[in-house]
Amino acid sequence: MTHDDEVLGRAYDRRLMRRLLGYLRPYRSQVLFAGAVVLGDALVQLVFPWLTKEAIDNGIRHHDAAYLDHVALVFLGLLGAGFGLGYLQNQVMQRVGQHVMLDLRTALFEKLQRLPVAYYDRNPIGRLMTRVTNDVDVLNELVTAGVGALFGDLFALIGIVVAMSRLNAELLVVTFSVLPLIAIVTIVFRVKVRASFRDIRTRLARLNAFLNENLTGMSTVQMLNREPRNFAQFRDVNAGHRDANLTAVFYNAVFFPVLELVGALAVSLIVWYGGRQVMWTGITLGTLVAFIQYTQRFFRPISDLSEKYNILQQAMASAERIFDLLDAPEDPALAPAAASPAARRAAEATARPAGAAHATNGTAHAETAGAAHPEARRAAARAAQPCVEFDRVSFAYLGDHLVLDDVSFAIAPGERVALVGATGSGKTTLASLLLRFYEPTRGEIRLDGRPLAAWDVHALRRRVGLVLQDVFLFSGTIESNLRLGEDALSHDALERAAREVHAHPFIERLEGGYAAPVQERGATLSSGQRQLLAFARTLARNPGVLILDEATSSVDTRTEQLIQDALKRLMRDRTSLVIAHRLSTIQDVDRIVVLHHGRVREIGTHAELLARNGIYSRLYQLQFMSGRTGRDTGERPEMDGEQATEPVVDSPFPLA
Amino acid sequence: MKGARPLLRGLDARLLPYVTRYRRGLVWGVTCVALTNVIALAQPQVLRFAIDDLYRGVTAEKLGRYAIILFAIALTAAVFKYWMRQSVIAISRHIEYDLRNDLFAHLQRLSVSYFQHARTGEIMSRATNDVSAVRMMLGPGIMYLVNTAVVAVVSIGFMLSISPRIALYALAPLPLVSLCAWFFGERIHRRFEEIQAQFAMLSAKVQENLAGVRVVRAFTRERGESDEFRDLNRDYLDKNLQLIRTSGLFYPALAFLSGTAALLALYLGGREVIATHITLGQFVAFTWYLGMLNWPMVALGWVINLFQRGVASFGRLEQLLEVEPAIVSAPDAVRPASCRGEIEFRDLTFHYPGVAAPALEHISFRVRAGQTVALVGRTGSGKSTLLALLPRVFDPPPGAVLLDGHDVRDVDVAWLRAQIACTPQETFLFSATLAENVAYGAADASDDAIRRAASIAGLDSDVSGFPDGFETRVGERGITLSGGQKQRTAIARAVLRDAPLLVLDDCLSSVDTHTEDAILHGLRGEMRGRTTLLVSHRVSTVRDADLIVVLDAGRVVEQGTHAELMAAGGAYAELSRSQQLEEELEAS
Repeated sequence: MTHDDEVLGRAYDRRLMRRLLGYLRPYRSQVLFAGAVVLGDALVQLVFPWLTKEAIDNGIRHHDAAYLDHVALVFLGLLGAGFGLGYLQNQVMQRVGQHVMLDLRTALFEKLQRLPVAYYDRNPIGRLMTRVTNDVDVLNELVTAGVGALFGDLFALIGIVVAMSRLNAELLVVTFSVLPLIAIVTIVFRVKVRASFRDIRTRLARLNAFLNENLTGMSTVQMLNREPRNFAQFRDVNAGHRDANLTAVFYNAVFFPVLELVGALAVSLIVWYGGRQVMWTGITLGTLVAFIQYTQRFFRPISDLSEKYNILQQAMASAERIFDLLDAPEDPALAPAAASPAARRAAEATARPAGAAHATNGTAHAETAGAAHPEARRAAARAAQPCVEFDRVSFAYLGDHLVLDDVSFAIAPGERVALVGATGSGKTTLASLLLRFYEPTRGEIRLDGRPLAAWDVHALRRRVGLVLQDVFLFSGTIESNLRLGEDALSHDALERAAREVHAHPFIERLEGGYAAPVQERGATLSSGQRQLLAFARTLARNPGVLILDEATSSVDTRTEQLIQDALKRLMRDRTSLVIAHRLSTIQDVDRIVVLHHGRVREIGTHAELLARNGIYSRLYQLQFMSGRTGRDTGERPEMDGEQATEPVVDSPFPLA
Repeated sequence: MKGARPLLRGLDARLLPYVTRYRRGLVWGVTCVALTNVIALAQPQVLRFAIDDLYRGVTAEKLGRYAIILFAIALTAAVFKYWMRQSVIAISRHIEYDLRNDLFAHLQRLSVSYFQHARTGEIMSRATNDVSAVRMMLGPGIMYLVNTAVVAVVSIGFMLSISPRIALYALAPLPLVSLCAWFFGERIHRRFEEIQAQFAMLSAKVQENLAGVRVVRAFTRERGESDEFRDLNRDYLDKNLQLIRTSGLFYPALAFLSGTAALLALYLGGREVIATHITLGQFVAFTWYLGMLNWPMVALGWVINLFQRGVASFGRLEQLLEVEPAIVSAPDAVRPASCRGEIEFRDLTFHYPGVAAPALEHISFRVRAGQTVALVGRTGSGKSTLLALLPRVFDPPPGAVLLDGHDVRDVDVAWLRAQIACTPQETFLFSATLAENVAYGAADASDDAIRRAASIAGLDSDVSGFPDGFETRVGERGITLSGGQKQRTAIARAVLRDAPLLVLDDCLSSVDTHTEDAILHGLRGEMRGRTTLLVSHRVSTVRDADLIVVLDAGRVVEQGTHAELMAAGGAYAELSRSQQLEEELEAS
């Protein structure tokens, strides 16, 4: 996809420009002010050659030292003014630019929070990153180096022409007879250099890609004894880059001297024609000197116009990509209708009572729950309205390959159900659908008797807690990872939750305790510790319904016992849907749903299903009896972006 | 000046060869820099005579002559200026090229263990940013340094000759210009680096948010994430505003200082003309010289920054170039004429560098030439580590791994690797055509050979479906191969290598059973006469091996033939049973 990112379009696109300018609207007054300052600065700069003329004609030639003093004073004043205006202009422009970039980045980030989860399946993270960071930065370049200076230059050029025409229109015409030359030189140069820069960019990209590929594939290169050949290839790519640059060096070597030469031609013309006028038509020497100075000032901005053109062109390409992302369709689950305050309040009102049944006081509710007889509880649960209902649900990620095919089952309030099935049987997908990460292709899912589509998605996700097998931790502290933005939770509540699931002891042992930093997704914590943290953060939010994707990674026996006990506490009295990998978990649930090739094949208790001697009994033998031999029974996580791969050091080609 | 010392330190023995290679071109380039300036500096003198003549009265003919001389001078200066860029700047590009080539060649010599710890991004930054900084020092750095020196000496000389007094006053602010450029340049650079660091944090936040999108959604963290991003975004803005405060002062300050010099020249020079100490022509020439000095003085400050950065970058490059390759052929390495393919592991115990627990412990077994040995064991049991020691991806302890009775550490590394055709666990494809990828380890292979290898690997039916067949590009700019297709490409690669040893590290895990059978059937022919080491999870793949070695936690727990191990009823037998169950389940 880097290919897309290299394509450069037009430097100026009305539609894009209008939309970009729209971002300036909140800063209208600052922009106007900056414009005024630019104008003022350009005017001040214009006066200096004129002052030189006055000094020569009225001061020096008339031997009027007092007049010279006078001019010097004005000169000094204007220097001060130029300093102030120059500074001001820069400050205001850059400030506005930076604020616009801030707004744009914020808009992009918030957009990313509203895109459907499926969008992330299709677009690699790297590309999305480029939008928020690099593309915005290219626009930033436009702001810092481009537009402001462009207007300043334009003012200056116009001002110079006006000033020169006031001094002597005839001499102006003679001097500017070189303008067509400048135009030709600049246009030819611009065309050449543009092609050349594009070539350099492509070559550099190729060089970097080659280098990157060889660094990451170095072990393959070395195993296949490819070093000499790859070095030869690199030399070619490197030479291509060098030669592309040499071409640009050549154009620069021609352009800048030629431009200076044209400038010298203008000065020669002034000396020749202006000198004649001084002798015979009586213009002053001061005018002549001022003319030379104006001419020199005129040439300066022209040479970097082509550079600004380049910046503009790149900025347009980036703007286009940014707007494409901003225009991508958003997650229908987050549609404003469902998210209106009224709807949210209503949804939360229905969500609360069920959730509130599990009091936050962990120990107290544990005791009462433990007292109830399981059989009685199950009977009571079945009588009530189902809490979660899958009603003939089918789902395909892409095309028409059904990952789930006509799945129907219900979970009663407080009931614990395990999903069992081989890899790829659709268990994880089912959990994703319940959280409305995706919309079912056919069928309906109901929570508390209401279709998911009728729920405010935030209320839904508060009601349904999720524990993923690959625990994703954010950089921050242990506490911020437990809290996850729920500011209403007190530290005590978090600690209580951590104690309940046995996370507290290890957190206490960390340096800093709850304030201990979590870095690089919790790489410093063991996988067992990460799981306990995940339990604690879900428990702290006390969701009415729990989805648990049990981790398969092996931990030591002691940690395993802690996790098992924590799991029991987490599921106690809570409607739970567990993607189970552990025998003890399976034996602990009320019912088991067996998924096979996307279909529900068996439902029943552990004992019932074993007795049936069907798929479950075979799966059971496979996964829970012989899983400890040489075979990897580890399921590939489907839900999280990170794939569980073998430890790097174990492969002979760790880089490949 | 502060920049001078590091400059000399930087041009040490390592950098010098890069420069001296181009000394003739550089001498010519520097001469051009001097000539173009000396010639251009004659212009104000011509103008001076022209104006003095105008003041006194002049003929049109003489005016015309002045104009022509002015233009002729400019033309000559322009020609030398062209040569200046074409030599000095072009040479800096050549040096950049040389430096980057040497860096790449060096990187290729470093062993896998180096790349495990080094970050690719950092090495990339050496090869791009740092090489570029060195080039800036040697190209524009040298050019503008000489430029400033020549312009300063000549124009100050002329100015002194016109009026020492005005020259001393008017020149007073100019060193401040250099100082200003150096001072601000350094600060701006530092601020800029702070901005980059903040930018990296911002990127990390976005990366984290995108990678954890499901957790963010499930925990309704969108708002909180946005708030956190907003804070980081704010900090980034503040850092940028800090830069603006510094850099915003830079150009106005430069303009003010050079303006002050011009003011002094105008004021003092004007009084001198009134007092008839100097002519009007001299006065105009003087101000012109002053104007010509402006840019070189700014450049001087900039050049000092260039040298500071260049020296720092070269220091980093030097560090990288000084890393010793860990795995090289011994000085007295042997290159046997042929390879029978007999492998022996002799009480092999291996630790990864810096890891206390051994990855392999007391491994001993022998593979006779032409035999097939299968390694079985769960993830992390050490199978792949064992295979990695044979081609010296990592160095085994002396005398522990032998090929044809030679310690692998005693033979030439390139020879050793040429005897081994291996498929890694994870196939790395290069962005090239499929044919080139298959022939990656056998550059001179014919099309027929490539096709045959692909057919043995079961890749041919897939290839016919690709838009350009074997000429289809894979990787970033082409099609993406599935895991199974990648693995089969690796198998084709190994087949085409035609080496006495075949090492297959779990190379069929991503293909279905039916395809696996077909590939295995094809491979059997290839395995005949070759020594084969193979890792697999599937009993069906390993059952025909001459020897099956079961590893657990770095130790051999069982070894024998399929029949023997089944009879023993240990871990292997259990594995076999569970796979049978799985097959039944799959069929149901």
